[in-house]
Amino acid sequence: MMTANDAYITGVGQSQIGVKLTRHPLLLTLDAVKEALAEAGLTIGQIDGVSTYPGRMQGYLGFSPVGVDELIDALGIRATWYAGGGEITSQLGAVVAAAAAVRAGLARHVICFRTVYEAAAMARPDEFPPLRRDKVDGSSQWTAPFNALSAANWTAQYAMRHMKRYGLTREQLAQVAITDRAHAALNPRALTREPITMDEYMSARMISTPLCLYDCDRFTDASTVLIVSAASAIDEVSCTPIRIAAMAGTVARHSWDQAEWMASYQTGPDLWKRTDYKPSDVDTVQFYDGFSFYVITWLEALGFCDVGEGGRFIEGGKRIALDGELPLNTFGGQIGAGRLHGFGFAHESVVQLRGKGGARQIPDDPRVAVCTSGGGPLATALLLARD
Amino acid sequence: MSAPRPQPRLDADNRAFWTGGAVGELRLMRCRDCATFIHPPRPVCRKCFSENVAPEAVTGTGVIDTFTVNHQKWHPALQVPYVIARVAIDGAPGVFLTTNIVGCNVDEVEIGDPVRVTFEQQGEIYYPLFEKIG
Ligand SMILES: [Zn+2]
Repeated sequence: MMTANDAYITGVGQSQIGVKLTRHPLLLTLDAVKEALAEAGLTIGQIDGVSTYPGRMQGYLGFSPVGVDELIDALGIRATWYAGGGEITSQLGAVVAAAAAVRAGLARHVICFRTVYEAAAMARPDEFPPLRRDKVDGSSQWTAPFNALSAANWTAQYAMRHMKRYGLTREQLAQVAITDRAHAALNPRALTREPITMDEYMSARMISTPLCLYDCDRFTDASTVLIVSAASAIDEVSCTPIRIAAMAGTVARHSWDQAEWMASYQTGPDLWKRTDYKPSDVDTVQFYDGFSFYVITWLEALGFCDVGEGGRFIEGGKRIALDGELPLNTFGGQIGAGRLHGFGFAHESVVQLRGKGGARQIPDDPRVAVCTSGGGPLATALLLARD
Repeated sequence: MSAPRPQPRLDADNRAFWTGGAVGELRLMRCRDCATFIHPPRPVCRKCFSENVAPEAVTGTGVIDTFTVNHQKWHPALQVPYVIARVAIDGAPGVFLTTNIVGCNVDEVEIGDPVRVTFEQQGEIYYPLFEKIG
């Protein structure tokens, strides 16, 4: 399976996960970098690439307070390649870019990071001012003037259509949140460690119908790091490398309201075109769940069930539980563990494939995982394998 | 009723859309060579690359493609609940507008409902909102 041209995820790291943290976001990033380096047995001197999403956002620092340039300078990285930006196929697009770079010989070991500081920023608006615009332009002019102000509103409309067209129910959707929270209870770093019941879910306040409070992630402060390493440099790494077996990120119409469905429905089939693995080979799925409904779309898009069957596929929750046939979001997802913004799903895939999940470890030696990020017109999927 | 809405910044591409309500018209950009509607409006046709594009009034009716009832006060001045919908515009295949459904209770909206545009003016902007027909 492995070839000289493969890319691997080697070290992974994560800072503490919290809300209203006071630790400097660059230092949270450093915490995650150190953990990843230690796991890989690498030193910062061996790092020659950096990749992030979406890069430092000057007008919206809580969303992305640390840029590549800042990290390179602060840690003394000698980079032969780096990239950071939001115009990519979503959060894990930064990992796709890094994998492409190491495969092209542009770098050997690339730090990929995503640092979020949204809860701290809300608590300290003087230091981290909220996004303010006198007037809206670009794509937001087609939603904000109608007070469709949040991705919750945009996503809810896809979920509503799924309910009307295919019969998705709130009880089925609830299984995402209930499963996430049950798994988060087993993750010492998770933001929310209390499980929820179906009754609590069904009586939660609505955010944007059909999505209630528990269908949404919430602002979090944390940093997640993944080191992507070239096959030619894998001998330098002391941890079990996890091969990036396939990658995909697709969009037909880059819009939240002009496309019939989300980009995931194109990205899923594209992933399987690039590998001999099949959905039945997958031991765990770590699906972006900024909103619970995304999990339904990824299950369908990646062919774990037919389009329209996602709700029935997770009905009752047994199938996606830790000991089920397709364990989902075993770290708690963003709904349980915190809004790590995409990178948490790749991080957890690696943890599970290495057997390092502790209390939340999937039984029976998982070897193949799919992780995803994005929503609406953004979608990235990675197939990860331990050879 | 009319709390201040976020204001789009007018430019050459979007001015016809956001100001057509002054004369009661819902205007969409359209290619004069291949007749494709181009929304969001841009100075080129996405189908044939023609730059011969211009705004054109449509009938102003449509069908609710999907919707949500927003309950969250994303900022303190927001009055909730309200309906956000995506309306498929009659006569403009493939064009959907995110909008609000007004003039009815929030629980009276369904996918497939026929709707008609109604404009809410704030300053120089005429927001195309929709109400149920019949
Ligand atoms: Zn044309």
